[in-house]
Amino acid sequence: MALPAASSIDPQSLRAVLATDCGSTTTKAVLFERTPGGWRQTHRGEAPTTVEAPFEDVTVGARNAVTEVEELSGRRLLAGDDRGVGSLRFRRPASDSDGIDLYVSTSSAGGGLQMIVAGVVRSMTAESAQRAALGAGAIVMDVVSIDDERRPHERVARVRHLRPDIVLLSGGVDGGTESHVIELAEILLSADPRPRFGTTLRLPVVYAGNRNAAEPVGKLLADRFGYRVVENLRPVLERENLGPAREAIHEVFLSHVMSHAPGYDQLMASTSVEILPTPHAVGLMTQAAARQRGTDLLAVDIGGATTDVFSVCAGVFNRTVSANLGMSYSVSNVLREAGIENICRWLPFEASRARIKESLRNKMIRPTTIPEELSDLLVEQAVAREALRLAFRHHRMLAVGLKGVQKERTIAEFFSQEGPGGSLIDMMNIGMIIGSGGVLSHAPDRRAAALMLLDAFEPCGVTELAVDSIFMMPHLGVFSQVHEKAALEIFERDCLVPLGTSLCPVYRRLKPGTPVLEFDLGGRGQAGILKAGELLRFELKPGEESTVRLSPCHRQVDIGAGPGRPLETRARGGHAGILLDGRGRPLAFEVDPAGQVMANRRAMEAFGLQEP
Amino acid sequence: MATAYAPGLTVSPDQVVLKRRRLPVAGQVLVERGQWVSHDTVVARAELPGDLETVRLAERMQMEPDELRGKLKVKVGDRVERGCLLAESAGLFGLFRSEVRSPLSGTVEYIAEATGHLGIRRPPSPIEVTAYVSGRVEEVEASQGVVIRTRGALIQGIFGVGGERQGEIRMAVDSPDDGDLRVDALQGSLAGKVLVGGACLSVDTLRRVGEMGAAGVVVGGIRDEDLTAYLGEEIGVAVTGDEDVPATLVVTEGFGSIRMARRTFELLRRLEGRFASLHGATQIRAGAVRPEILVPHVAREEGEAAAAETPGRPAAKILAPGIRVRAVRQPYFGELGMVTEMPPQPVRVASGAVVRILKMKTPDGREFVLPRANVEILES
Repeated sequence: MALPAASSIDPQSLRAVLATDCGSTTTKAVLFERTPGGWRQTHRGEAPTTVEAPFEDVTVGARNAVTEVEELSGRRLLAGDDRGVGSLRFRRPASDSDGIDLYVSTSSAGGGLQMIVAGVVRSMTAESAQRAALGAGAIVMDVVSIDDERRPHERVARVRHLRPDIVLLSGGVDGGTESHVIELAEILLSADPRPRFGTTLRLPVVYAGNRNAAEPVGKLLADRFGYRVVENLRPVLERENLGPAREAIHEVFLSHVMSHAPGYDQLMASTSVEILPTPHAVGLMTQAAARQRGTDLLAVDIGGATTDVFSVCAGVFNRTVSANLGMSYSVSNVLREAGIENICRWLPFEASRARIKESLRNKMIRPTTIPEELSDLLVEQAVAREALRLAFRHHRMLAVGLKGVQKERTIAEFFSQEGPGGSLIDMMNIGMIIGSGGVLSHAPDRRAAALMLLDAFEPCGVTELAVDSIFMMPHLGVFSQVHEKAALEIFERDCLVPLGTSLCPVYRRLKPGTPVLEFDLGGRGQAGILKAGELLRFELKPGEESTVRLSPCHRQVDIGAGPGRPLETRARGGHAGILLDGRGRPLAFEVDPAGQVMANRRAMEAFGLQEP
Repeated sequence: MATAYAPGLTVSPDQVVLKRRRLPVAGQVLVERGQWVSHDTVVARAELPGDLETVRLAERMQMEPDELRGKLKVKVGDRVERGCLLAESAGLFGLFRSEVRSPLSGTVEYIAEATGHLGIRRPPSPIEVTAYVSGRVEEVEASQGVVIRTRGALIQGIFGVGGERQGEIRMAVDSPDDGDLRVDALQGSLAGKVLVGGACLSVDTLRRVGEMGAAGVVVGGIRDEDLTAYLGEEIGVAVTGDEDVPATLVVTEGFGSIRMARRTFELLRRLEGRFASLHGATQIRAGAVRPEILVPHVAREEGEAAAAETPGRPAAKILAPGIRVRAVRQPYFGELGMVTEMPPQPVRVASGAVVRILKMKTPDGREFVLPRANVEILES
């Protein structure tokens, strides 16, 4: 039975909504209720996800999480005829004390949606295909292109080794190259990759390339794969058309991938609207928040295995997932990619490299353990900075303008190093950074979370910092499809934990101690001069706002109004307050490790953090 | 969430175990339900499709793809031998003839008119799956594989590298307190043996163990730099088991030089001389796979008696006072003891985190307070 479209549900009729997110390890259920004061998140419950043996039924974990919400809220949610297994039956509609009006869910269980994408040219159609897949909530296992510098047999061997859920095949503008697109199909045929779920399922291939090549590609692939053609995702060089490919990916995800995952047919029968991949839902919420605030925005979710980065810049949404950067399962990979020295450069104490490596390996093999000692916590936070930094670097590489487009360039662009296809992310325009994931959301001291975001993202100018209290963005994202206004209300009131506002002047090569920025934070005696290399923090509590007046002390210093120009703006408070970062951009590190340790201690002292 | 802490690893002298043995692609199951098999019995066989090689006909004949029509000497489905003529052009008055011959034997799978490419798939290669462990065929999944039921001792490690191996258990140290397993302690023939050390071993010892032909080695801990040197690269994501190493390594406690838990060591000592199946495969994400040493009971009759037993792990224990646990994070890493108290209220620990804690007491009377997440239950 087809589910009603989200738009066909009357949002005004809703008073209680239940949302679940079935993650790889935990299923989280939250209850949203319309109260006299507006929409609020009122209760939450969680239970281990049960996709794997011995249960092999996702509804077991979902029901357990819902039961916990029932126990905590005292509200009966499951109907009297709920059988305790299979699809969940709810009391509907909601009354004052019982039931719900809507049940929605997201899922990333079983490793989420895993895809291979292919395009003719790496920086053009293959990159567009990658953006289409990532935006649909997928983990991209490999990007195949004719110019990917691998030999044909190497591509075939790699693709054969992978077990994706879906392949997205693109390439060529409409009326452009056909032969190269067919060559990509030949690689796929040669590799004959197996789908992850179901030995009898034919691996779905979504074709979104040159429309003239759809038929010859179909001739090659239709017998072996579940072949489906949608509009070209790059019909002309100047334009991307990612919508049809993303919709097809979502439909295939529901009809093939989810229906083969244990218990998902029953979960799908339980929800009021279609299940969304978790990152897709977070993306929806990120975009809604950026629209509401009228600013460019960054959001990051650092998990045990992966780190997702979302951005909305100049109205363009982008998402990347760094599949092997995480805090537990993938922590050794952060170590491998960043290197032990880059991790240690964030520590406020001298440490044995071997011992730190071993402690991270032990975290990898026992991922649910938590740091009991402060030094142990600081090592984890150092790893988080590097994982976030690497994931953001990855994101900036993909969140770019279209390459291959001929356009007239201004004189300024001509002299800039950023060619066509430059990064869409201008840190000066990012008005807000939202962090989520245990290491940020559950940092014992919120000021430490703020310092991690400052160090990893290096915001410029005026930027609000926040963390997601309990990683509620997936639930709100899927709910926003039905009632965006209510989702945004809850987002502001219950999801976001404000950390404060960072004020980061941008300059290069000023001697430490040189005056950088004159500041007046709103007439509480919080005025002074920020010097190069200095970090300052001032209290401004959550819910408070202040007018700040900022005046560069040097012609080259930019605080957001342009080099040397003063700025007056409003700053919001938070658990960390107002943060003045005079360390310059990009951050520089002391050559001498002992000097860096001292610099880190000074930063902790400025933020009022406990030192080891 | 009542089950948020690590459930622990199995260290059991007697347990019924089910082992799923599956082909990577559909094939043929060679045994029947109820049949007794030994570790090396081939239980299923399949043919992996051969590689598909692309022959760029048009390019090699220096013509456009659409000019190939009429010059092809083969069609889709034809079986071709290496050297067989694939396409030929007559040329002008018999001059400038060009031809392309097959660079391999196989079957023509496609001819792409748009590119002028021709694909030849190599003959399939056979792949076999063995039983891995002796036991009875419990279940047959048509064309996919089988489930083997066996009974014996099962010791799960925390981390390992290397694939499935079999061999006789040999103790290389007298006590888990003996420290590093040293090269000079490797005495006699180790060919085909599963060697048990104590706390740790260096890469030199590991390599020597491999050179002497041992099937595997079981130790308490491994130092990071030794593992990296043994593998030739740093471990990234915690998915192992496919490493090409001479001897499979199973680590029971963790990274660093860590004494093997006495209970584990004593069980292995009791199993000395017995034939074990082991693997180093580790996958820590959802659906965790841990390395193991599995020692089926010797007598077939003994194993058969298992048929009536309840398979699998015993019911998971719930963390509660009286339960034996092991600390698995600093500062008490490796300490064994008994839970004495589980205060319901969260407590702020040294890192500043507010967490639910427990109190544990070691056999020598020391008492610790630590986060519940930092212990694992010792399963029997």
